[in-house]
Amino acid sequence: MKFRYASLPYLVWSAVFVLVPLGLVAVFAFTTQDGAFTIDNIARVSNYTPVFMRSVWLAVLATAICLGMGYPLAYLMSRMNGVSQRTMVMLIMLPMWINFLLRTYAWMTLLENNGVINSLLRALGFGTVRMINTQGAVVLGMVYNYLPFMILPLYSIMTKIDNRVIEAAQDLGANPFLVFSRVIFPLSIPGISTGVTMVFVPSISTFIISRMLGGGSNMLIGDLIDAQFLGNAYNPNLGAAISMVLMVFILMVMSIFNQFDDSEDREGMLI
Amino acid sequence: MKWFSFFLALCLVLPLLLVPAWAQELDQSSMDLDYYTRYKGQGRSLNVYNWGEYISDGSDDSLDVNKAFEELTGIKVVYSTFDTNESLYAKLKTGGSSYDIIIPSDYMIARMIAEEMLLPLDLTNIPNFQTSIGERYQNPSYDPENRYSVPYTWGTVGLIYNSTLVGEDEVIDSWGCLWDPVYSGNMLMFSNSKDAFGVAFKLLGYPINAESREQLDRATQLLKEQKPLLQAYVMDEIFDKMTGGEAALAPYYAGDAVTMMEDNPDLRFVVPKEGSNIFTDAMCIPKEAKNKELAEMYINFMLEPEVGLANIEYIGYSTPNDRVYELLDDEVKNDPVRYPDQELLDNCEYFVNLPPDLAAYMDEKWTELLSADERYSRMLMPLVMLGCIIATITLNTARALRKARLTTGKEPIL
Repeated sequence: MKFRYASLPYLVWSAVFVLVPLGLVAVFAFTTQDGAFTIDNIARVSNYTPVFMRSVWLAVLATAICLGMGYPLAYLMSRMNGVSQRTMVMLIMLPMWINFLLRTYAWMTLLENNGVINSLLRALGFGTVRMINTQGAVVLGMVYNYLPFMILPLYSIMTKIDNRVIEAAQDLGANPFLVFSRVIFPLSIPGISTGVTMVFVPSISTFIISRMLGGGSNMLIGDLIDAQFLGNAYNPNLGAAISMVLMVFILMVMSIFNQFDDSEDREGMLI
Repeated sequence: MKWFSFFLALCLVLPLLLVPAWAQELDQSSMDLDYYTRYKGQGRSLNVYNWGEYISDGSDDSLDVNKAFEELTGIKVVYSTFDTNESLYAKLKTGGSSYDIIIPSDYMIARMIAEEMLLPLDLTNIPNFQTSIGERYQNPSYDPENRYSVPYTWGTVGLIYNSTLVGEDEVIDSWGCLWDPVYSGNMLMFSNSKDAFGVAFKLLGYPINAESREQLDRATQLLKEQKPLLQAYVMDEIFDKMTGGEAALAPYYAGDAVTMMEDNPDLRFVVPKEGSNIFTDAMCIPKEAKNKELAEMYINFMLEPEVGLANIEYIGYSTPNDRVYELLDDEVKNDPVRYPDQELLDNCEYFVNLPPDLAAYMDEKWTELLSADERYSRMLMPLVMLGCIIATITLNTARALRKARLTTGKEPIL
């Protein structure tokens, strides 16, 4: 038990830099600029319903695409030999060594009407395809930036699935579909849960992607909050209220999602 | 072999270490040395808070202004930077900082004056003010008696366009061009509410600072009509898009237009005939300043012709300092982008601080504009929340029941 105190620095850290700021957000959300109590800020959040709905929709879309792309890849990776596995993990991590802003900026250059892709298309005789400043571009930006956060937890859970378990299922006469639905899928649920959380949460609160790839008219909640603190809308109280609502919303969605997992030992899971 | 490569590397690196950056020396002969050396040897220091890339810093053969000030006065300059007026405001408002000099923009100065966040200046301590700042830059609308601020730079907002994309013969001289369907899909617009509404107000012939909700409604309507014609709402992304020929037409700041025109000679800049916004960044002393006299000395120093010239050449905006203007090249002096005719400037207005209810309404309308494609009931959010709560409870109960069934092997009685 003498190692118990090793967690103390983090506990102090999280108390000072996580709990106290969260409390401050709540205080700001329920006060006016003069410091008087009000629920006006929370009520005003409903004016921004379209922004919320768009953020949720785009985040769900990005998460679904990440899951669809990441799941088969993570499974195949987990069945590879050691060297290939390490190479693949490295390849997936590679883009993350480059600054997030720079990666998104590069997509801007690729997708523009005079950008790399469109120049190539025109050279090949196809017309110009409008790609930048669309919701599709925003989703693309999210998928590109957050895909590793889906693959890595899935991969780390799937490496734990013993090959013998799969072979046993096959020996007992299960067809590939049954092997997947009764063995692999249930065993990978903690990874899905973590992956979805780690993609959905940053996607729903992102702000720079929509501004750079969405042309500014695809405003998301993140942009809205940004405008309340650093933009000329400057209204920290409203900003705090929006953040609160967003936080509660994410917590609820996550809690519902985690109800589907029945396993008692929730290793490697978030929330 | 190892030694040789080390030696080789040393040979390559050494010159870089030995050659000092070629920074200019300040000519002190024309300055009032008694005034500037009052605090020498007292180990005093001064906290300066400025925009990023907004002072001549000794790079590219320029004058290192802060270093020159330190050498002249013996006062140490602690220099830090901010990137938006709002982050400056937030920093001062939350307290805990003690800056002696800040350089906010016009509307923010008005707001800070209204909220008593600034100290009145003692102009007798800034002798250069009367001799340097041109009459038309004195007593601006954001600080009518010039009690709190000394202008540092100024500029206008205008239309920047690509003459090859627009057509060499086309006349671009009105904000209305931004509503011209001919340029549909080829236009950019400000992605901040203040500047975007400013454009709409000017086109409608209103003052640039909203006076009523009706004016804001009317402008929102106009901006909604413009939205389908636009390629994107941008701020700094405009540099790439305009110089790369991605868009033909966009409103932006004159100083930045100069930078873009250097990169792409096809670009032109015009201040529309309806008039426009003129903006100023000015030096102020915040309430919590600890060294007011030193700060005033710094402001005075910034007004010295040689210092002002170094700064304005570095920044590329326009100067309100007549003595600096005299020193500029004729080419710059007659540049209609940076120094437009007085007639044009008479049509330009400063932004001032809006009353809080109008500012909030403008922000609401702006968000509505940016998300106007979809309509949802206001009750949707609370309903979704309620749905989430019910779903959580149902799922939890279902799971608890199932677990109870598994452990007891019996149907639980509800």
